[in-house]
Amino acid sequence: MLGLLRKIFRTGRVAERDPGRPGYGLLAVAREFSGSVQVRHVNAGSCNGCEVEIRSAFGPVYDAERYGAKLVASPRHADALLVTGPVTRNMAEPLRRTHDAMPGPKAVLAVGDCARNCGAFRGAYGVAGAVRDVVPVDLEIEGCPPRPEAIAEGLRRLTGR
Amino acid sequence: MNALGIVGGVVQPVLLLAAAPLLAGVLEKVRARLEGRVGSGIWQPYRDLRKLFGKEPVDPGGTSEMFRLGPLLLLATTVVVAVVAPFVTTAPAIAPAADLFAVAGLLALGAVALVLGALDTGTAFGALGAGRRLTILALATPTLLVAVVALATRAGSTNLGAIVSATLDDPVQVVSPGSLLAAAALVVAIVAETGRRPADDPVTRQEATMVHGAIVLEYAGPDLALVQLASAMRLAVLLGLLANLFVPWGIATSMGAAAVLIGVGALVAKVAVLGVLVAVAEVFVARLRVVRVPQLLAGSFVLALLAVSAAFFLT
Amino acid sequence: MNVAATFLAAALVLGVLAALAGSLPDYVLKANLRAPAAGLGTALAGAAGVVAGIAAMTGDPYSASVPGVLPLTGVRIELDPLSGPFLAAVGVAAVATGVYAVGDARSRVVQSVVPLFVIAMLLVPAAGGVGTFLAAWELVAATSLVLILVEHRRSPEVAVAGRWYAALSQLGFLTVLIGLLMLAGRAGDSFADLRDAHPSAVVAGLAFVLTLVGFTTAAGIAPLHVWLPRAHTEAPSQVSALMSAAMVTLGGYGIVRIGLDLLAGGPRWWWLAVLGLGALSAVAGPLRAAPSGDLKRLLTRSTIGGMGLVFVGIGAAGLFAAAGQRVLAGLALTAALLHVLGHAAATGLLFLATGSVVRATGTRELETLGGLRRKMPWTTAGFGLGALAGSALPPGTAFVSVWLLLQALVHTPPGTGTTIGVAVPVAVAAVALSVGLAVSALARAFGVGFLARPRSAAAEQASESPPFLLAGLGLAGLASVVLALGPTLVLPALGTVSETVLGEGERAVTGAITVRVAGVAGTISPLLITVALAVALALAIGGTMLLARRRARRAVPTWDGGAGPAPRRATTFAVPAYSIERTEGRLWRPALAALNAWGEAGRALATGSVHRYVGYGFYAVCALLAILAVTR
Repeated sequence: MLGLLRKIFRTGRVAERDPGRPGYGLLAVAREFSGSVQVRHVNAGSCNGCEVEIRSAFGPVYDAERYGAKLVASPRHADALLVTGPVTRNMAEPLRRTHDAMPGPKAVLAVGDCARNCGAFRGAYGVAGAVRDVVPVDLEIEGCPPRPEAIAEGLRRLTGR
Repeated sequence: MNALGIVGGVVQPVLLLAAAPLLAGVLEKVRARLEGRVGSGIWQPYRDLRKLFGKEPVDPGGTSEMFRLGPLLLLATTVVVAVVAPFVTTAPAIAPAADLFAVAGLLALGAVALVLGALDTGTAFGALGAGRRLTILALATPTLLVAVVALATRAGSTNLGAIVSATLDDPVQVVSPGSLLAAAALVVAIVAETGRRPADDPVTRQEATMVHGAIVLEYAGPDLALVQLASAMRLAVLLGLLANLFVPWGIATSMGAAAVLIGVGALVAKVAVLGVLVAVAEVFVARLRVVRVPQLLAGSFVLALLAVSAAFFLT
Repeated sequence: MNVAATFLAAALVLGVLAALAGSLPDYVLKANLRAPAAGLGTALAGAAGVVAGIAAMTGDPYSASVPGVLPLTGVRIELDPLSGPFLAAVGVAAVATGVYAVGDARSRVVQSVVPLFVIAMLLVPAAGGVGTFLAAWELVAATSLVLILVEHRRSPEVAVAGRWYAALSQLGFLTVLIGLLMLAGRAGDSFADLRDAHPSAVVAGLAFVLTLVGFTTAAGIAPLHVWLPRAHTEAPSQVSALMSAAMVTLGGYGIVRIGLDLLAGGPRWWWLAVLGLGALSAVAGPLRAAPSGDLKRLLTRSTIGGMGLVFVGIGAAGLFAAAGQRVLAGLALTAALLHVLGHAAATGLLFLATGSVVRATGTRELETLGGLRRKMPWTTAGFGLGALAGSALPPGTAFVSVWLLLQALVHTPPGTGTTIGVAVPVAVAAVALSVGLAVSALARAFGVGFLARPRSAAAEQASESPPFLLAGLGLAGLASVVLALGPTLVLPALGTVSETVLGEGERAVTGAITVRVAGVAGTISPLLITVALAVALALAIGGTMLLARRRARRAVPTWDGGAGPAPRRATTFAVPAYSIERTEGRLWRPALAALNAWGEAGRALATGSVHRYVGYGFYAVCALLAILAVTR
């Protein structure tokens, strides 16, 4: 326990400096959220590359929580849906259900190239389409995988902080 | 009921209701800093609540009034406890409700109401969380009762205000063995009751490991706002009770603006210190396996039993 | 005859008439008239019993003797304040079950025996002599056995339950018989003679232990409670309600009557035994109730817990009386008596609601119930109210009685001796644990059985029960609500009862809205707590409406993880209760094995030879004569 305490004090703050608010616009729905966005993540068929980056965005270094975003377990608690990967046929219905289970107002973020346009999996037999083919998408974050900064920046356009 | 009681009956619930989200924010901030993060800020719970109250309410299929009544009763029972128990003043607003047994019963009633709300949804995780919560409740409520009875035997009354006054009159009692054992038992019971580590993990996102989280999985919008507000308030109420039962100094015993202000300040300071301690402790301990939680609580119950025995024999 | 005696007589006459009406064949009284006649007759007998009980508590004592009705002793009736609460408890249960029975017509056997069962139970607290008491006690045992066995064709379980019940209730009767005869043999039959007898410590102690065995068996107190979950589960619900609400409380009556009244208290170890057994049952009952899958079995186990609390109260009262703490003794006894009344109302309501469920769905398994609140709203409300009343949560019926009990225990002055110093903390712990576990068990029964969604076709197609049946639930519910919100209505009378039993002391409890406890600083008001809670609830609803932007509520499917509905199961619940189950088995198996071995050994004696049997008789008479010759 003392060792842990020493480590805590030696390490101090690891979060990077706040890079400043993104210059470009807030999403319209952000006004309803007023600085608090609960995020439900759905992996619709991703290779887990994006998941690693999302972990990182919510980890201590990029610390997306400081902008008011938080990952939650239930879509009932969520304001935003974070979708990764091309939507496979098996995940199309669960994705739709998850979106429907969220109370309004709500937003959908498609994270990564696969979510935007199926990426490397375009045309594969198991793929139903991009995220916007299944649920309405408010914001897309590009990259394969996107950098954690980009994910944090996308979330800030929802929280407005 | 005297003037001080009436002032307390108004100031206490307003203060606890208004400041409870701040307590949750402070806990979150302390944990974030110890983990090397910045954290979402101490005001974040207020933003969460404002947003949740503005969201669309949702009725999961097949649920009844019990589902909507759960969060309301959780809040209402906590508010009644905030009115009657000694937080800012020792004079209770409604003396015949300021009894230890009434307060413990009201807190249990609120918890049961929320559990019934979860069972009402008929989901697997709801039932899972409800079963675990009831098991914790079945052991934590007796621990709470027996631990405070150890103090009550000394004070000669189960009225919480009278217990606090008795401690003020005879401060040496705080370090008696019965009192210390009761404090230890009470800490464990409160940690389990409020769903903190090691009994439950407030930040987990794995449904199978949840207790409180699994119960509120179906609540959305204003209902969820009520649950979060009431849960924060329960934490504040229980920590405030713990503080005043063992370190009552600062609480107002006579009418007067200065006395009440000091009472408010003392309560805020005590609850803040305890809250920070809870947050720091949470960084150091891991969550126990669910089957181990009853054992932890059984241990605390035995401590409480020893406390009562000590109160009988060592006086 | 005073008021109490008049109404008791009326109850007996009405009960006999109801039994007659219930036994009439179809060509005399049509089946559809027989149920109302028998049911309402039982209810009226119960109502007369309630009035008799109230009159007995508040009025002057009454005693009468009718020689010749029973051989050797005659019938002796004695109505004093102590008879009151138990007459009232039996009466309340009888009123509710009687009205319920109109809507839930059963066989002629049930219709004719239930009224007899009720009047037998009314006679037990009204008996004024050993002979009458034993006759009434045996009548209770016999009629209840018949009622348990009524549905023997339904399942072999019923016969098993009947055997357990017959064996243990007769064992209990036997020990009570021996115990009482030890006292009556020296002093005489009537209770008044027994009070003046002052038997030696050894005789009194032996008699107390023997009667304690019998009365704990009747009350379902561990370790002789094993018959209760079996018998109460298999009997028709109306009968289970009567047995669980009223019959078990007579065990408590017996202990108070014999131990505190007739033997005028006793040494501390008597009451330590009562308190210890009570504490054991108070914890073990609800602990085993929590994981029960059968709704009725769950309720029987919470009944054991409730009776455990009553025995803790009685034990504490005796212990305090032995230690000279009159005020605390009165307080503890008042708490026990209030718990008896609350238990009768709440448990009756729970069993009747369960009966309504069984009637509609044909099952008692929690696993196959669920979702009943849509189809059976009144039954659900009844069960919910009963669960709240039975668990000691505010504003429940048991809340005040458990609070009173805790007051007595908490205010024990230090330095009253090591026995009390050990017993009181253990009792506090047992009471607290019992409360917590009972809350958990009843909340689970209500949530899993009545809320959520139906888990079987039977539960899905359930329909609400007929109005008379629901009226029975309503009456029990009314009694629960009155006792929960206005315990001050009955507490002064119960205080008088304790005073008469324990001798002069302070009136234990006073107050109109707030319960004030004499001699110790403590007040509680369930009414004020309820009002405060209602105000807070209204504020919470108003505040939410003010804060929330009024969007329309949207109906959505429950969140199932996105993969479609998952199979619904109720048993996601685990409590470390299995070790107790094993302990109980271990406790009973050697006893049963010994009994078996004894029976086997007996075979060698009974070879079937008539000469041998005549010989046994001859030697037995000779031995008896020899003993008499030596002792006289």
